[in-house]
Parts: sequence; structure tokens; C-alpha cells
Amino acid sequence: MTATTTPPVRQRVLPMLVMAVCTVYFLVPIWWLFVGASKSSEQFTSTAPLWFADFHLIGNIGDLLAYRDGLFLRWLLNSLLYTGGAALLGTVLAAMCGYALAKYRFRGRELLFNVVLSGVLVPATALALPLFLIFSKVDATNTFWSVFLPSLVNPFGVYLARIYATASVPDDLLEAARIDGSGEIRTFFTVSTRLMLPALVTIFLFHFVAVWNNFLLPLIMLSDERLFPVTLGLYTWNTQVNQIPELRGLVIVGALLSITPLVIAFLLLQRFWRNGLGAGAVK
Amino acid sequence: MTMTPTMTTVEEPATKAPRRGGAIRYGRAVPFFVVPFGLLFILFYLLPIGYAIVQSLYTVERTGTFGPAREVFGGLEQYRRVFADGPFWASIGRVLLFGVVQVPVMLGLALLLALLLDSGLVKGRRFFRLAFFVPYAVPGVIAAIMWGFLYSPNLSPLKPVTSAVDLLSADFVLWAMANVVTWVYVGYNMLIIYSSLLAIPAEVYEAARLDGAGPARIAWSIKIPLVLPAIVLTTVFSIIGTLQLLAEPQVFRSFSSAVSSTYTPNLTVYSTSSVPNFNLAAAFSVVLALTTFVLSFAFLKFTSRSAR
Repeated sequence: MTATTTPPVRQRVLPMLVMAVCTVYFLVPIWWLFVGASKSSEQFTSTAPLWFADFHLIGNIGDLLAYRDGLFLRWLLNSLLYTGGAALLGTVLAAMCGYALAKYRFRGRELLFNVVLSGVLVPATALALPLFLIFSKVDATNTFWSVFLPSLVNPFGVYLARIYATASVPDDLLEAARIDGSGEIRTFFTVSTRLMLPALVTIFLFHFVAVWNNFLLPLIMLSDERLFPVTLGLYTWNTQVNQIPELRGLVIVGALLSITPLVIAFLLLQRFWRNGLGAGAVK
Repeated sequence: MTMTPTMTTVEEPATKAPRRGGAIRYGRAVPFFVVPFGLLFILFYLLPIGYAIVQSLYTVERTGTFGPAREVFGGLEQYRRVFADGPFWASIGRVLLFGVVQVPVMLGLALLLALLLDSGLVKGRRFFRLAFFVPYAVPGVIAAIMWGFLYSPNLSPLKPVTSAVDLLSADFVLWAMANVVTWVYVGYNMLIIYSSLLAIPAEVYEAARLDGAGPARIAWSIKIPLVLPAIVLTTVFSIIGTLQLLAEPQVFRSFSSAVSSTYTPNLTVYSTSSVPNFNLAAAFSVVLALTTFVLSFAFLKFTSRSAR
């Protein structure tokens, strides 16, 4: 970039200033959370919010994990199962369906695609209440499955998978696999998924974030706090801060702990979402 | 469950009939690929929508004050209540106002940042791209809790601001929430727009550069028109998200008394269902989903027509 056409410094000052201001805006709240989580509760209110006092982070985490027999750890684990499990399985299902829509001609294909595409416009929160009513008909509310099963469905993933399959799996290759005697399903799992891998990671990340962010479904569905995902758990603690002030510190440390895994996952999977993200919009 | 039998039947070598028509040859593979998703989609997407519609057509009748409740068909009775419900329509108006201001601000900022990243005027693009995207990893509930603390007068590093104006008062709380949503989603929208900027071949700019167009002129006349589909897509998602606003106001109820239990349409659905009045809540859900669908669909139609 620094080669022949470097624009004059005068032109670069304003853009860099905008970038710097935005960096402060986006990162300061997270910095504040990290600093706040490292303080003891007395120092949290009495010292400067954006700089460290005595470093208590390890002790605070210990307190959080010990609180009420490790309830928080359980919430984290639940979140991992709800979001990780649903996103993993949901991505496979969406990839299979999108792949079939892209690579095979069959009756009802257009209808299926259009119905799924309209599904993208139906927000997940609109489904939470009727799902609750249906699950209560079969006495299955307040169970792991009542949150997990609905979270598997991701119409947007099917839409993306169809675009990616069209773009990255050549028909000639499928034909070659057929001539070699490979069945359609084996070809999908051994050849096609490999070609679609960057796309699948993108679908997985989108799905993960969607489930992770879906708050209404567990809020309506669950009443047993041992089944809560971490978002719902921290939310309930936060509503009790006025009655139980010690919870404030736990909420802050808990918030830090619960966003850390996803931030790390984003950093590690950078090259995937960086390339895959645009494809859905370009077409 | 259905996996094993389908698997064995399809695994017969396709070479047996290599020249036959596609539809017959892959006949069994297609259901294998489509049915698992299709089944879940029907069970957990279509069925709930249908069920909500059915539920919304019933009313609960009691004989006497404490008599047993029974559901009777009420026709459009619940919808009459929905349309007569002042707070619900006020909440729709509130989120529309929110969207009219917040969505353009958020997407404008996302577009500006994407164009700057793409302009070659900025160093350290990898860092900025990542820094702006990090808030997207923070779920709405937790973002709202964080900002709730940041807005609270006695804890905030923004003390000069929070001591002058109460950001959690009735006048400001809607915009305080708009800031939370903006903070979370700017980076995500920026990346979608930026990726489609990267997909534009460099030759497109050559002629404009030779004519002496500067970066701003190129951005305005060439780049923005070319990334319009990405902007449309992000707008549709933002419209949907705005109408569904729930986590932020629900969390802010702990920080601010200005947020009522019917502050947004989804809060109304939630508080009506915890009364419990499921039939009315179902009617609210249906009306909200329809409103969302119609608005986003209308926007898509409108933009695809004006693009032509």
C-alpha cells in the first residue's frame, strides 16, 4: 500500500482521526469491563473507572465460580451446549439443505427455497411465544430440549449455503465423483463439504451469534435456573442487584468471562468470516 | 433416525446408470439432504406460526369470577383488542422512531468506516477491522448490562456527562438504548459493506482516477452505488432487529424506571404472556410478525424497483 500512490499526509489526517475516535468508542466499554472486573468491590466505586487499582481479577473469578456451588459455571456450560451444539448441528443441516437446493433439480425446489427465504424475514423472537405454547401442550417447557431444538433451525444458513455451494462446488467435480462410483451422500461429506468449509465456518459463526443473542426464547421457556444460558443468568442477577449488592461485582466479572470465549473465537476464525461474510450480500 | 436406511440405498454405485436423467438418479439423495432441515423447519417455524394464528382466534371465558376457564372460539376478538390497545401502538411508534434515527446513523457510520478502510487513506486496517467488530461478540443482554453501568451516574467513567444529564431518564433512555444497539452492530454492518467493496475489481476505478477524481468523488459516484445491495441487506436486517427490540429494554428496566413493561412490542408480548393471557399475547405476536414482514418486504420491493 505504501508504494507509488501514497496519498499526501494532509488527506490522511482526518480519516485516521475518525478511525481513532471510533476505536476509543468501540473498545473503551470493554476496557472498562476488564478493569472493573479486576477490582475489589470497595475499589470499584472509589477508584478511577478506567484504570487498575489492586489487581483482584483471579480472586474475583474464584468468588464467582464458588458462588452458590458453581451456578455460573453451569450457566457457561449450558450456553456452550445450547449455542455450540445447536450451531454445529444446525450448520450441518442447513448446509445439506442449501447444497441440495444448489446442486439438484427436484420437484418443489423453488417452493422450498421461497418458503425458507420468507423464513429469514420472520424474526426468531416472534416464534418464542407460540413455541412456548406448543411445548407446554406436550409438557416439555422448562427442559433443555425446549431451547435446544428450536435453536437448530436457521433459514438464513440455508440461503447462504445455497449461494456458497453454487459458487464453490463445480458440477464437473460431482460428475467425476459419480463416474468414480461415489454415492451422492458420500461425495457431499468427503468432497463438497471440504470445498465449502470457509463458508460453513461463516454459517456456523452467524448461527452461533444468533442463538447466543436469542434472549426471549430461554426467558419465556425456562424457569429452572440450573437450565439457564449465561445471558439469562446474568440478566436475573442484574435484576437483583438492588436487593443483593454483592451481585454487582459478580455480574461484571461474569460479563467479562462470558464474552471472552466468543472474542477469542472471532480472533482465531478471522480469516474465515473475513472472506465469507460478503458473499451473502454480493449476490 | 432416517439416516441409515437412506444411506445404504443411495450408496449403490451410481455407475450402474450413469447416463440416465438426473431426477431419477439422485432421487433418494435429495430427501436425505432436505428432509432433516425441512422437518425441523416445519416443526419449529411453520407450526408455531400456524399455532399462534389459531390461538389468537380464541378467547378465555370464565363462569363467575373463580369459575373454570375454558377456551372458546372468538373470531377476531383478540385482534379487536390489539387494535384498541393504546400502549401497544405507542410501543410500535416508539420503535419506529428509534429505527428512523438509529438505523441511518448506524449504517451511515458503518458505510463511512467501510469506505475509509477501503480508501487506502488509513494504515493498520487489520487492527481497525477487528477492533470495530469486537462488540458484535457481546450479546445484547450483556452489552445492555455494561452500558447500563456506564450510564449510571455514580459508577460511570462518563461522569462529566452523566452528572449533567440523566441518560436513564424518560427523555434520554430510548437514545441511550440506541447507542447500545449502534455500539454492537456497527462493526458487523461495516464488515458486510466492506467485503462487498473488496469484491469490486480495481479496474473499475482506473478511468475515474485518470479523469482526476479524488477518493471522496470515487466513493460517492462509484463505490456507494456498487455496494447498494449490501446496504439494502443490512437495512432489512436492521429493520427486523429494531421491531424485535427486547433484550436492551428488558435489561434497562433494572436501571431506569422510565422503561415500562410495554415499552417495546416484544416487551408487551412478554408481559402479556406472563399475566398469563396467551391468546392476546399470540395476537400481539402475529401482528408484530406481520408488521415486520410487511415492512421489510416493502423495503426490498421498493429498493429493487428504484434500482431498475
